Amino acid sequence: MSLPIATKPALRRFHQARWDEPIVFELDAPGERGVLPPQVEPGVREVVGDVLADLPGSLRRPSAPALPRIGQARVLRHYLRLSQENLGADLNVDVGQGTCTMKYAPKVNDQLVADPGLRDVHPLQGEESVQGALEILWRTEQALKAISGMDRVSLHSTGGSSAIWTNVAMIRAYHASRGEAEQRDEVITTIFSHPSNAAAAAVAGYKVITIHPDADGYPDLDALRAALSERTAAIMVTNPEDTGIYNPRIVEWVEAAHAVGALASYDQANANGILGITRARDAGFDVCHFNLHKTFGTPHGSGGPGAGANGVAEHMAPFLPGPMAERDGDRFRLAAGGELSIGAVSAFYGVIPTIAKAYAWIAALGAPGLRAVAETAVLNNNYLMSKILAIPGASAPYATGRRRVEQVRYSWQELYEDTGITSEEIGVRAADYGTHYWTSHHPYVVPQPFTLEPTESYSRAELDEYAAILAQVAHEARTDPEMVRTAPHNQTVHHTHHDDLDDPERWAVTWRGYLCKYPDAPQHRRP
Amino acid sequence: MINAAAPRLGLVVNPVAGLGGPAGLKGSDGAAIQAAARAAGVLARAGERARQALASLPDGTPVLTGPGDLGEDMTREAGMVPVPVDLPDRTGTGADTRVVTAALVAAGAELVLFAGGDGTARDVAAGLTVSGSRIPVLGVPAGVKMYSACFAVSPQAAGALAAELLAGSATVVEAEVLDVDEEQVRTGRVDPRLFALVRTPAHPQRSQGRKVATPTGDGAAVAGVAAGLAEQLRPGVTYLVGPGGTTAALLRRLGLAGTPLGVDVLRDGELLATDMDETRALAAVGASHDGNCGRGDDACPGAGVVVGVVGGQGFLFGRGNQQLSARVLTAALGGELARDRLLVGATERKLTEFGGRPLLIDTGEPGVDRALAGMLRVTTGPGRTSMYPATAANGV
Repeated sequence: MSLPIATKPALRRFHQARWDEPIVFELDAPGERGVLPPQVEPGVREVVGDVLADLPGSLRRPSAPALPRIGQARVLRHYLRLSQENLGADLNVDVGQGTCTMKYAPKVNDQLVADPGLRDVHPLQGEESVQGALEILWRTEQALKAISGMDRVSLHSTGGSSAIWTNVAMIRAYHASRGEAEQRDEVITTIFSHPSNAAAAAVAGYKVITIHPDADGYPDLDALRAALSERTAAIMVTNPEDTGIYNPRIVEWVEAAHAVGALASYDQANANGILGITRARDAGFDVCHFNLHKTFGTPHGSGGPGAGANGVAEHMAPFLPGPMAERDGDRFRLAAGGELSIGAVSAFYGVIPTIAKAYAWIAALGAPGLRAVAETAVLNNNYLMSKILAIPGASAPYATGRRRVEQVRYSWQELYEDTGITSEEIGVRAADYGTHYWTSHHPYVVPQPFTLEPTESYSRAELDEYAAILAQVAHEARTDPEMVRTAPHNQTVHHTHHDDLDDPERWAVTWRGYLCKYPDAPQHRRP
Repeated sequence: MINAAAPRLGLVVNPVAGLGGPAGLKGSDGAAIQAAARAAGVLARAGERARQALASLPDGTPVLTGPGDLGEDMTREAGMVPVPVDLPDRTGTGADTRVVTAALVAAGAELVLFAGGDGTARDVAAGLTVSGSRIPVLGVPAGVKMYSACFAVSPQAAGALAAELLAGSATVVEAEVLDVDEEQVRTGRVDPRLFALVRTPAHPQRSQGRKVATPTGDGAAVAGVAAGLAEQLRPGVTYLVGPGGTTAALLRRLGLAGTPLGVDVLRDGELLATDMDETRALAAVGASHDGNCGRGDDACPGAGVVVGVVGGQGFLFGRGNQQLSARVLTAALGGELARDRLLVGATERKLTEFGGRPLLIDTGEPGVDRALAGMLRVTTGPGRTSMYPATAANGV
């Protein structure tokens, strides 16, 4: 007779691993090696001689690099332990990182790009020997042209903010080509657009004007009109915004910008709710961009490698970075950028493995599949919203009673006023149940914010579990606030100290920098 | 080494705060008003609100308090350990709050939590001034009027913020303390003045939650606003610089010591006069048009106005800066009230805390209020502005 399977509690009794694992540099053990390269066989040596003899002196190190010396097995344990100490996208119900579009990235595509035929190509190879890679670039552009409605799409940008930079660089070049570079020194964005739009504009030398939402949470068209002038270079907006609210007057926004001679730039980093439903070109935008690692199913990779794609209308095409893949009959070649091109924004042609994964993802789904992604993401989001809004103390400010697109920026303000428990504390306590959330971009326009984006990747049961965790934590905030305030209790680390991050004097971004800055810091003994 | 058991939180309760509100008496200042309220059956709520705030602190936290109903009683009710300070001569007036606040500072408090309204905030600020102390203060909202910017949104939120500050995890921002003369309110006049700038805790909005670099502390953000205002100052223009922390930061940036609570006159990087009343402000504006700007006749570009957003309710004009009256604004900005010479500065944080509510204008002249209302370009940093609406307050 088999044993019955034990009944599980309603919520997981999660407990994260805690390994107290040292930093990898602290694992240095003199004499150890991860790999011992074999000695060159005598017969080989006789034929090729001393292959290193030709290495120029300028390329020879005077001393060995200060890399940690560690045996393979210990390295493996190190990284497995670290992997147990986080809540990655493949491990938890990762809907709390709203605006980031943490969808499932198919593992089969990792295998695809590990194929030596793709993995080992070099950007300086002749075109004839990389026809497949060029075809992938060309086909991906064709797909993204169809998805955005734009006339050309560049795949050079190496990430989302990189793509926003490419947009503002093209905008700047466009106005310069018309002799209006000095006159047009302002860029307008909205406070619920991704802040990289404001940041990229500022880095490009523009003054930045931010539009706050109107009383219903929609981007305020009157405020836009008051801000637009002959000094405006562009509007740079995200839509749907971080709130998950779609700007229903987006065409009027673009027309208002065009009426004063400004361009319109569309941040479609996260296009997950509108694939196959609406297109940047249909609203009249001049430039747009996608994050392939958000909407198009490639991993975020913890800061890289991502990839951005810049779509432009025909009049902006001369400003695109080059070279771009072109098709000549059944052959593919690289065409250099023209004289108005903004030049290079990446070392060569973009992040090829990420582009290849996005191409595979698009090809696997086809046009009906892409639309099904958007529809499912929107359905999931509105289902989750109905569950979250049933939790006492949670609300979704703005556009009350209306549905949202692919994400919602919620508020715990009512719970906070009742209990003093902040949204951040709720998110940290949720980590005790094996999930978490991020709050919001800054500044907090929505008070005590949290932003959930379920994407198309999660089942109803998983969304139910996520909502149940938040309901439990909100209940704890009322019944045992001290426990919430002192959370996490089942996590790898307890409270982190953010003061160090706020003080550049305390930063040490490399191990060598750390040792220079804190020469007397005690180092862990290797366990 | 700080003794871990030494009390670090100070509490002072204004036991009569809020009495006048339910009774429709527009405040609780004055013994006669308090007696009238009590006669109407109103119970003071400040003690209960303070108890709710303390409930958000860890059990057994030692608290420096005023004696009896000035803090000690509700501290004990909340399960905390009161350490009362001396109050030799109880007066039953705001003087008690001032003396207790000074005593809390002397006993080593690192934060003064107070329960009351604007009048209490003003007395706490005065108590700090007497002590020469700049420790943070935080209001448990319990009064009738709360124009000041140093109140938490609820008693529970006040307790949680106090705990965060004591744990070293809260940030500290500057806040204006405003108060109205209640006698005037009762006779139909609203004339709240800016009495003090205090420091108050706020949630830090942590670095790890950020996806983009923003100024880490409010001080850095305010300095950024000051830098943004400074780059818009035009040569030869005579600026009336309103009161408040933001404009004070602008003058500091220019190396000037102005009047944080008053109106100063600035031109070409120099202070021409300080702490102007309405009459002198009018005279300064007049001079700016009369060839007295140092550039000869006809070359004087006239006057401008630089203001911050005052108080927790978002007033642009009419609260705390009444020197900038309708007459002064009309003279300075011209009959059309030219927007390009009105510089408004505020941190994005401050703007967003108004939650979309428009900034308020109450100059006492409805025509001027309406002319100034509409979309304003508020400076939020160097090269950074936000479009934000302003509206006539209609005598709020």
